[in-house]
Amino acid sequence: MLSITRTITGNGDLTSTVTIAQALVFASPIALAGLAGIWAERAGVINIGLEGMMILGTFGAGWAGWQWGVWAGVLAGVIFGAIGGLLLAVAAVTFGVDQIIAGTAINLLALGLTKFLAILLFTDAPGGGQAQSPPIKGEIPTFTVESIVAPLTSLHEKGIFFISDLAGIVAGLFYNMSLLTIITFMLFVMTSYLLWKTAFGLRLRSAGENPWAADSLGVKVVQFKYAAVVFSGMLAGLGGAYLSIASTIYRNGNTAGRGYIGLATMIFGDWRPGGTAAGALMFGYIDTLRLIDTGNQNVKGLILLGAIILFTIGGIMLRRNKRNSGIGFLILGSVMIGAYFSATSFPPEVAQVAPYITTLLVLATASQNLRPPAADGVPYRKGDHH
Amino acid sequence: MNLRRIGISLIAPAIGLSISLIATAFILRLIGADVTTVFASMWNYGTSPRAMSLMLNLATIYFLSALAVSIGFKMNLFNIGVNGQYVLGALAGAVVASNLTLPKAASVTVTIITAMFVGALWAGIAAWLKVARGVSEVISTIMLNFIAIGIISYIIVRTSIGTETSLNIRGTKAIPETGMLRGVPFLDPGTPIYGFFFISIFIGIGYWFLLNRTRFGFDLRATGKSATAARTSGVQSNRMIYVTMLLSGAVAGLVGLPYLLGDTGSYTLQFPTDWGFIGIAIALLGRNNPLGIALGAILWAFLDISSGQLVLEGVPREISTIMQGLIVIVVVISYEVVRRYQVKSEQTSVAKALAKQEVSV
Amino acid sequence: MSQSALAVELKGIWKRFPGVIANSDINLKVASGTVHAIVGENGAGKSTLMKILYGMQKADEGTISINGTNLVFNSPSDAIDSGIGMVHQHFMLADNFTVLENIVLGSEPKNGMRLDFAKARKQISDIAAENGLAVDPDVLVSELGVGDRQRIEILKVLYRGAKILILDEPTAVLVPHEVDELFNTLRDLKKEGLTVIFISHKLDEVLSIADEITVIRQGTTVGSVNPHTQNVSARDLAEMMVGNELPTPESVGDTIRDEVVLKVENLSVFAKGGKAIVDNISFQIRAGEIVGIAGVEGNGQAEILDALMGIESASGQVYFKAEDITKKSTRHRRELGIGFIPEDRHRQALMLEAPLWENRMLGHQTREPNSKGIWLTPRSAKADTKRIVAEYDVRTPSIDVLASALSGGNQQKLIVGREMSGEPKLLIAAHPTRGVDVGAQAAIWDHIRNARQSGLAVLLVSADLDELIGLSDNIKVLLRGKFVADADPATVTPQELGTAMTGAGEAA
Repeated sequence: MLSITRTITGNGDLTSTVTIAQALVFASPIALAGLAGIWAERAGVINIGLEGMMILGTFGAGWAGWQWGVWAGVLAGVIFGAIGGLLLAVAAVTFGVDQIIAGTAINLLALGLTKFLAILLFTDAPGGGQAQSPPIKGEIPTFTVESIVAPLTSLHEKGIFFISDLAGIVAGLFYNMSLLTIITFMLFVMTSYLLWKTAFGLRLRSAGENPWAADSLGVKVVQFKYAAVVFSGMLAGLGGAYLSIASTIYRNGNTAGRGYIGLATMIFGDWRPGGTAAGALMFGYIDTLRLIDTGNQNVKGLILLGAIILFTIGGIMLRRNKRNSGIGFLILGSVMIGAYFSATSFPPEVAQVAPYITTLLVLATASQNLRPPAADGVPYRKGDHH
Repeated sequence: MNLRRIGISLIAPAIGLSISLIATAFILRLIGADVTTVFASMWNYGTSPRAMSLMLNLATIYFLSALAVSIGFKMNLFNIGVNGQYVLGALAGAVVASNLTLPKAASVTVTIITAMFVGALWAGIAAWLKVARGVSEVISTIMLNFIAIGIISYIIVRTSIGTETSLNIRGTKAIPETGMLRGVPFLDPGTPIYGFFFISIFIGIGYWFLLNRTRFGFDLRATGKSATAARTSGVQSNRMIYVTMLLSGAVAGLVGLPYLLGDTGSYTLQFPTDWGFIGIAIALLGRNNPLGIALGAILWAFLDISSGQLVLEGVPREISTIMQGLIVIVVVISYEVVRRYQVKSEQTSVAKALAKQEVSV
Repeated sequence: MSQSALAVELKGIWKRFPGVIANSDINLKVASGTVHAIVGENGAGKSTLMKILYGMQKADEGTISINGTNLVFNSPSDAIDSGIGMVHQHFMLADNFTVLENIVLGSEPKNGMRLDFAKARKQISDIAAENGLAVDPDVLVSELGVGDRQRIEILKVLYRGAKILILDEPTAVLVPHEVDELFNTLRDLKKEGLTVIFISHKLDEVLSIADEITVIRQGTTVGSVNPHTQNVSARDLAEMMVGNELPTPESVGDTIRDEVVLKVENLSVFAKGGKAIVDNISFQIRAGEIVGIAGVEGNGQAEILDALMGIESASGQVYFKAEDITKKSTRHRRELGIGFIPEDRHRQALMLEAPLWENRMLGHQTREPNSKGIWLTPRSAKADTKRIVAEYDVRTPSIDVLASALSGGNQQKLIVGREMSGEPKLLIAAHPTRGVDVGAQAAIWDHIRNARQSGLAVLLVSADLDELIGLSDNIKVLLRGKFVADADPATVTPQELGTAMTGAGEAA
């Protein structure tokens, strides 16, 4: 589908090496947020506070990063995120506060706290300001495999349908690959293994499926929930740290809802790492196109791509006999095609809201037939079972 | 029994306030400020007539916002989209009002209806997504917030609706004086209290009646207490979701109006956009109860206004934000603890009372 | 036999909860290699006692000895370690996990960090084969029926090397034919040297399988009997359990009128995959008639009731008197005069954190005395609540207490009283006296019979076969969503009903 789009728009950027490489960078924080969501919700705790924990992570990275370097920033981000997770665990698991309310309260607190501390700590720091930190010292190592990238990039530039695109995508994977992205990838693999192939994972998931059954078999449900939620905070904090490091500073509002988008990828991925990663990649891709959009051409390309995808989904729905949804998607697709052909360029606001509209579309398609953990969101108290 | 219940309800906010004060004092010591002077200066400024008027104005806004959120909360619907709903409502209201040449009562009424309509519409999108596609309203309303900001930016910056106002800021055309609702200088001759303040009181009373004295209100509260029991009792859950979200959105649409009609007269890019989140916090504090929300709104506004003084003391005014955040977390936990204690203690006292009855028989 | 042949000995067990004493001075001796039954009414304290024995609760006073040694259990793992296994009445299974995952949870065979799935599979197959319990380890539990789920619960326990099994009301969801299968399994286990403790209130079953029976009444042990050596009847046991004469539900006479109140034609309810949970059933109920539905849980009863109330969508036609209500809303049906006592009172019939008088309004909030027009009328609702409390003997100090503060039986009485108010024309009742003490049960039956005299039509679903036979004018047997038999309550026996309910009498 990407190839079709590229050919029609003549926009090589859509599948170029640089784009793909950058997409991974943008995708990773969202992916980490989604992974964080998986850990918490598989243990039965809805984590709306991901945004707040991410914010804490961005702040930690900015604060420690400009004073002691990049890796200190990463560590601080993780720790700050963990503190957020701990707070959620205490409120929701120990005290039984409604998980969505507790998560929202944490978001509020994180926002206020970071704004306050930013003013306090960054205003007089060199290169900083009231709402942002000084630049973070140092850089995360990146890797480029020249022997793969160079030939593939030139293949991409030849513009051959599909093969060039594939070349561009593969090359992108080996170009400027950040160590943090590699760490993210490894975390995903580790999660898959831990949660589905070990006894630890089985017990953690049982806390989210039927905590009373687990308790009756001697599983320490409360401990698992705590561990899961704190780890969830750590992952979100790592995602936030990644954001700050990628932008080289902490800035108020840098997360821009990515915590929530992460939750959306988790739902899209049916609470599994594979699907979540796919969703995050999609968002990263959209984000990238938007940012490197010099001639406002990328947005057009995106809209065309979106239209093609909508048509495809519409077709699938009709084949499955879901008439209303199918027609709805076809209509949306047509609207987008109309928009594509009618305008030469789109105002930047369209690109600005693209991720959020995409999230809504993703959720609208995906939410119906999913299987969240059976006891997700249910407050658990020992000995409570009817 | 009722006095006891009231007393118990006040414990949680009291704990919240106390812990927050203590933590704030701690932070102040840490940054080297003198605790007593800071608190004293906040209090002195805060209780001056001018500050109190400002406070009541701000509280009106917060009150409406929290009310909108509460309608949803009572039904376990989380309308986090008040931000988006009120900015769109305010923009629509500003555009409409600036083009009207009606007498004041009519103009204001039309403005109100417009704002409520737009707010309800925006919330309705989230309701549709939830009912038709099963999308969680928490995420969808948040996404809609971001989208709303994009829409507003586009309209003001790139269409003719936005013009250069004074001070070189882009915004809507100014509303003629007949469309404004300036207010009454009650406490301080130089600071009028928004006309909307009085309107809000009526809305608050209406909310209470709706929720506690009508069949609809019963259905709504029942759904919040047990969705399955409500369904069995005849409540149609889909219809309830729509009506509740639309109502919530409509009230949310009003949130920007006190400021718009009482102060600026034009919607500019500088219009505050975070009143929705504050409404959520206050709804939590006030436990979705109009009186509690009113008190919470006043407290919050007090902290906001009085902390403006702190710049003079060299303390960042955002200290109030931390206080507010702490209050929310502690209060929310305390409410839960108190509620569990209440349920347990009722079970115990009922059992005791029954045992006594049996003995005396 | 000497004392060390006691698998379990409980001495002086006390357990108190806020406001209620669950167990007082319980003494129990269970000999190893026997099947020992514990009987008592609902609420007598049996479940609490077993939770203590299994480590899910801690006794306030008293000692527990297993095989002669005094032990303290701080958690179920301690109990499991000492060889005790509990098969719960309400199955504790994770629907989204496979059979294998459910069985090994908490005691997983490991290979380093990795869960050794192959080893688990082999172990489970071995144990299953040894004890004649066939299962497919890789099936999701959500796809299994009740009998299979119980087998998994037993396997769970055997997997952990249990030598002492506790079964909490195991036959509550089974019919006589499946009960026989279970009892054969228990006899096999006994031969392998295991000890079985068995909680029940089904006295004739208990008499057929137990080597010794202990009776608990109101939290304390009343006595023990040995059915092999003593001549004990179910009636004797019942009197020990209740302490006084038992009421029997007996139909009074012919109250049936001509008018058809409920007519159901070709009703079907389909599951997501297209399977018919309720398969094309038709029946009718006349004024003054009680029609009972007999069936094992899960054969479509809940769906029929939900469809009749408009909560579930269904195909077919439903007529109330002359009106076609097939497409009408739940509220409309209630307003026509249909009362509903649902099966799951906590989830469907009550708002636990609301006062009694608000609960009285639930389901009837659009009619008097609860409202007039769009306005609620709390004063008249409260007054009416007081009436219900008096008429139905709801034990509560006031009508302002939260529903959660009442015992299950009293909650049920309130619900029954509420649904019988306002002179309903049709009452749809699922297990109306579940959890209610014997005296109040008789009172509820009287209320229903009196209303029937005045023309009330009743659709009754009940797991209590005595209640079903005693109240109904006509019994229909439901199996896999279809009516497979009609039974005449005047002549049918519980055994015959049970056979029809499981289809065991059908030709192969």
